[in-house]
Amino acid sequence: MKRYSALSLVRNALDYNRSWQTAWRSPEPKKSYDAIIVGGGGHGLATAYYLARDHGIRNVAVLEKGWIGGGNTGRNTTIVRSNYLWTEAALLYEKSMQLWEGLSQELNFNVMFSQRGVYNLGHSLQDMRDIERRVNANRLNGIDAEVVSTADLKRAIPSLNTSPDARYPILGASLQRRAGVARHDAVAWGFARAADALGVDIIEQCEVTGIDVRGGKAVGVETTRGPIASDRIGVVVAGHASALARMADLRLPIESHPLQAFVSEPIRPVLDTVVMSGAVHGYISQSDKGELVIGAGIDAYNGYGQRGSFPVIEHTLQAIIELFPAFSRVRMLRLWGGIVDVCPDACPIVSKTPVDGLYFNCGWGTGGFKSTPGSGWVFARTMAHDEPHELNAPFSLERFTTGALIDEHGAAAVAH
Amino acid sequence: MLLIDCPWCGSRAETEFSYGGEAGIVRPADPDALSDAEWADYLFNRTNPRGAHRELWNHAQGCRRWFGVERDTVTYRIARSFTLPDAAGAADGGVERDFETGDPTDAEPGDRR
Ligand SMILES: Cc1cc2nc3c(=O)[nH]c(=O)nc-3n(C[C@H](O)[C@H](O)[C@H](O)COP(=O)(O)OP(=O)(O)OC[C@H]3O[C@@H](n4cnc5c(N)ncnc54)[C@H](O)[C@@H]3O)c2cc1C
Ligand SMILES: [Zn+2]
Repeated sequence: MKRYSALSLVRNALDYNRSWQTAWRSPEPKKSYDAIIVGGGGHGLATAYYLARDHGIRNVAVLEKGWIGGGNTGRNTTIVRSNYLWTEAALLYEKSMQLWEGLSQELNFNVMFSQRGVYNLGHSLQDMRDIERRVNANRLNGIDAEVVSTADLKRAIPSLNTSPDARYPILGASLQRRAGVARHDAVAWGFARAADALGVDIIEQCEVTGIDVRGGKAVGVETTRGPIASDRIGVVVAGHASALARMADLRLPIESHPLQAFVSEPIRPVLDTVVMSGAVHGYISQSDKGELVIGAGIDAYNGYGQRGSFPVIEHTLQAIIELFPAFSRVRMLRLWGGIVDVCPDACPIVSKTPVDGLYFNCGWGTGGFKSTPGSGWVFARTMAHDEPHELNAPFSLERFTTGALIDEHGAAAVAH
Repeated sequence: MLLIDCPWCGSRAETEFSYGGEAGIVRPADPDALSDAEWADYLFNRTNPRGAHRELWNHAQGCRRWFGVERDTVTYRIARSFTLPDAAGAADGGVERDFETGDPTDAEPGDRR
């Protein structure tokens, strides 16, 4: 792999950009691999990268039914933060945050990680008590967090409606300064290029249609490009997890829901941070291109259509206009949906399964983009050693049997 | 916007309803007799199919009654609504009726999967 650098920009410009190397190969699938990753989203690609980098397992295939990053990785609103309430979750997301902080250098690919801060607003006394509790819990876990007042918010975000006459007045917020946003596509491409350079085969347009299990052991997969053998299979398919589980006769505590997001027409810089409100339920940031990036909640019903319902669009924009009345004149440009895999306790499953050699990484729901590097890191370790790292041990499938749920519903402000 | 047929009030906008998840999950009669895994399966595991899904809806801003809907989770097309059996699975509540024709359907009461 030729490294990207300022010098390489100049050299390629002189050549009218005709000799850039393709970022990853498109190999034909081999008959067998030491490990197979099903799903070429950010999490699957990161898993393959860390398998190759940290565990010496380089004969790896990533099988993607469409194109890499075409699932939730390329559809999300890119908020990255680690201010979760419960210790198990906070430590897992914080591991990811630490990996984000060096990721562009590590991958030699600019993932445009921008630590512009994330504000979680409080609109009631109870919101403020929850915020103080969460901020204190974060600090005890070594995670940066602070409580800010309405006056602080008014100074930092002039366009935010901090008036006491608002229908849902803002009483304060939590702020994580190290939090922010990143460029979603670049995360998929960066991990793909770096994994490919270590020998990983990235195979697009290859849908897994069956999982071969013999005597309680996974031995390979059926795909639209033929059978591929491996005794180590990691499934990382977000909203499609239940379908893949069914191929191995497993049942999961997961339901798939549409989650939508939209962007406005590009406007001049107006918002240099991320604002989220769990109470009026909406969140917003501004992309480097100038678009307002907006999202809110899932559709309540199960759904696999990559589009959302109209009532949710209306509700989301009501929330945004409540927070930023001036944005009422901004036109929306595009909207789309992804399929999110929602767990009963709003925490992921990164786990071994009752089938030997079959591992599942799912249930990240509305908030897994932030954990892309950390999820790959712990899942690679779990697949390589056939046992979880201490960071993901609490996120096992068995927790639904033992009752050791990690209830982040509502606890961590709003999801995403 | 989904148009959902309430068996009692007729066709109404999605926003009048609240969603109750997969239909036909029956609370085990004797939870103490179950293993932890069986209890967890009842509590948490869901079929979550791509395609036909039998699910519960409540007409929250109307008659406030629960009923079932068969809907495709990919196209979102609604095939039909049906009433639920009562606790004993008997009497009129036990008869599934096609919403449009009002005729009893051939589904067995209580057989919701
Ligand atoms: C609108 C929206 C907004 C969001 N906002 C945020 C946010 O602000 N912050 C945040 O942290 N998270 C957010 N999320 C959640 C986040 O996007 C996901 O949790 C995360 O991207 C999941 O990554 P993944 O790699 O596991 O899944 P995906 O990127 O969905 O990758 C899974 C891949 O598996 C492939 N696949 C499926 N079935 C098969 C098969 N049978 N064979 C082969 N391949 C298959 C799919 O094609 C897909 O490419 C948001 C999600 C959405 C939809
Ligand atoms: Zn009704």
